[in-house]
Amino acid sequence: MKKLSRFILILLMMSVISACGNGDNNAGENDNNGNGGGGGEQLSGNIKVDGSSTVYPIMEAVVEEYGAEQPDVKVSVGSSGTGGGFESFAAGETQLTNASRPIKDEEKQKLKANGIDYTEFRLAFDGLSVVVNKENDWVDHLTVDELRKMWLETGSPKKWSDIRKGWPDEEIKFYSPGTDSGTFDYFNEVILEDKPMVEGATLSEDDNILVQGVRGDKNAIGYFGFAYYLENKDDLKVVPIDGGKGPIEPSHDTIQSGEYSPLSRPLYTYASNSAVKDKKEVYDFLQFTLQNAGDFSEDVGYVRLPDKEYKKDMDILKGLK
Amino acid sequence: MKYIDDRKVISTMKPRMARNMIFRSLFLLATLFGLLVLGILLYRILSQGLGYLDLQFLQSLPSRRPEQAGVYTALIGSVWLMAVVAPISLFLGVGTAIYLEEYASKNVITTFIQINISNLAGVPSIVFGLLGLTVFVRALFLGTSVLAAGLTMSLLVLPVIIVASREAIRAVPKELREASYGLGATKWQTIIRIVLPAAIPGILTGAILALSRAIGETAPLVVLGLPLFVAFLPKTVFDIFTVLPMQIYNWTSRPQEEFHALAAAGIIVLLSLLILLNTIAVFIRNKYQKRY
Repeated sequence: MKKLSRFILILLMMSVISACGNGDNNAGENDNNGNGGGGGEQLSGNIKVDGSSTVYPIMEAVVEEYGAEQPDVKVSVGSSGTGGGFESFAAGETQLTNASRPIKDEEKQKLKANGIDYTEFRLAFDGLSVVVNKENDWVDHLTVDELRKMWLETGSPKKWSDIRKGWPDEEIKFYSPGTDSGTFDYFNEVILEDKPMVEGATLSEDDNILVQGVRGDKNAIGYFGFAYYLENKDDLKVVPIDGGKGPIEPSHDTIQSGEYSPLSRPLYTYASNSAVKDKKEVYDFLQFTLQNAGDFSEDVGYVRLPDKEYKKDMDILKGLK
Repeated sequence: MKYIDDRKVISTMKPRMARNMIFRSLFLLATLFGLLVLGILLYRILSQGLGYLDLQFLQSLPSRRPEQAGVYTALIGSVWLMAVVAPISLFLGVGTAIYLEEYASKNVITTFIQINISNLAGVPSIVFGLLGLTVFVRALFLGTSVLAAGLTMSLLVLPVIIVASREAIRAVPKELREASYGLGATKWQTIIRIVLPAAIPGILTGAILALSRAIGETAPLVVLGLPLFVAFLPKTVFDIFTVLPMQIYNWTSRPQEEFHALAAAGIIVLLSLLILLNTIAVFIRNKYQKRY
């Protein structure tokens, strides 16, 4: 009880402190834009970013560090998902939107109808990792065809023995990210080719639930982002995927080189061209993002792009100004 | 003639006492079950999160490095949200309750309104999120501001407040009102000086439930499109902000174990804020309860 009351006191003090702090911040509000594009220039303004929750950790790192460089540029980042992000991007509510898959045709049309020109930038790679239970001693690798056979709905329950001869005669349990996520979209495009997924699959928006599911069931199979596998690699068994050139296990190097195919996917951010052109702070923020995306993505469990890719993106950005 | 047959009493006594014991232990078990689950939850959260809980956690922004991460803007954002939700929902809720109980005549229309309000209390919160997105965020151009989120949350908790306030107002003895009228008071004077003070304990119970819900809800705010990382504090109700539950939700869905511990620390902060708010409400309630 004593601890609790002390805690309440701290809370009270915090709110008082913050209320006092509010007034002081106003001083830095006014625009002190000089001319010239040096790094020392102090910018101000608002930038709104939304989109994929997969990309969010990278953006979080960017904004965290950017705050030290440009304290008067107020950046907010949301994580309402790739699809939701494009929706508010099309409504003109955000200047940047993150995506864990390329933009869809209907989203392009919507942007066009609203007169928003955009540019795609790549921030990092992620490798969708297919995992099975640690006690699963029969799966040594899977080909893309076998994956497809497994995950497509056929109207009857699937057994391991249906996929390859000699595998046990037991039902497969499926664990997949929810249909709203870009991770599902990517798997849907590359493996399912837009046909319905097995109906018995357990869907969850929280990849940690999928990890728990696969960990607790010998006959389970699931897929999710590389970072989730990496964090739980002692409890899960990753399946090497044969995309036509022999089985390749997802790892930092195979994802970066593109060897781990077709389940390596780039992570994107989309920028509104007019915002980049008209708002100095958006340009500056994007420049900072591209300069640091490699390091930050490694920090949060993704894989950096080759340096020349960031250079290429930087040139595109300069062309927009 | 014998009024009490001792043998008969003894023979029926035992099963009656046994039945009493059975129900007593059954209800005790029911109580303990809830307490046990709550205890396990608290133990888990405290053991996981206390390590990250310090002043630095309260004063820092979210970070990719767990040991530097904090809930500063989210915590203050939650306080801002409450500062908007509490007055709006209480004014609208109690006002509606007073109208329905004291002024409105009992006819089909008021019955219809009453049934609908009770039903609204059971509508999933995500539906209120969609409503808020359409009306406050888009149509009224409020954006994802404190005001838009506060209005959405007020609507969400309004039915609970209305129902509780109506019950409280109805429970005020009729004699009190009649005595007031008898002394020549108007309806308004009676409501403000007699009915409301007597009903305040009940109203506050409803308000506690409602605000506890508003401070913990995530789904409607996600639908509104509230950002997750906001590096600055709102200065007015028209500024964008973020709240604790959204930050907690994000941390629990991260791959790294350390972020799950951060989420637990965030939950402790949220619980403390909730306890603080409820303590204030209970304090006011007790103060008024003594008057009658």
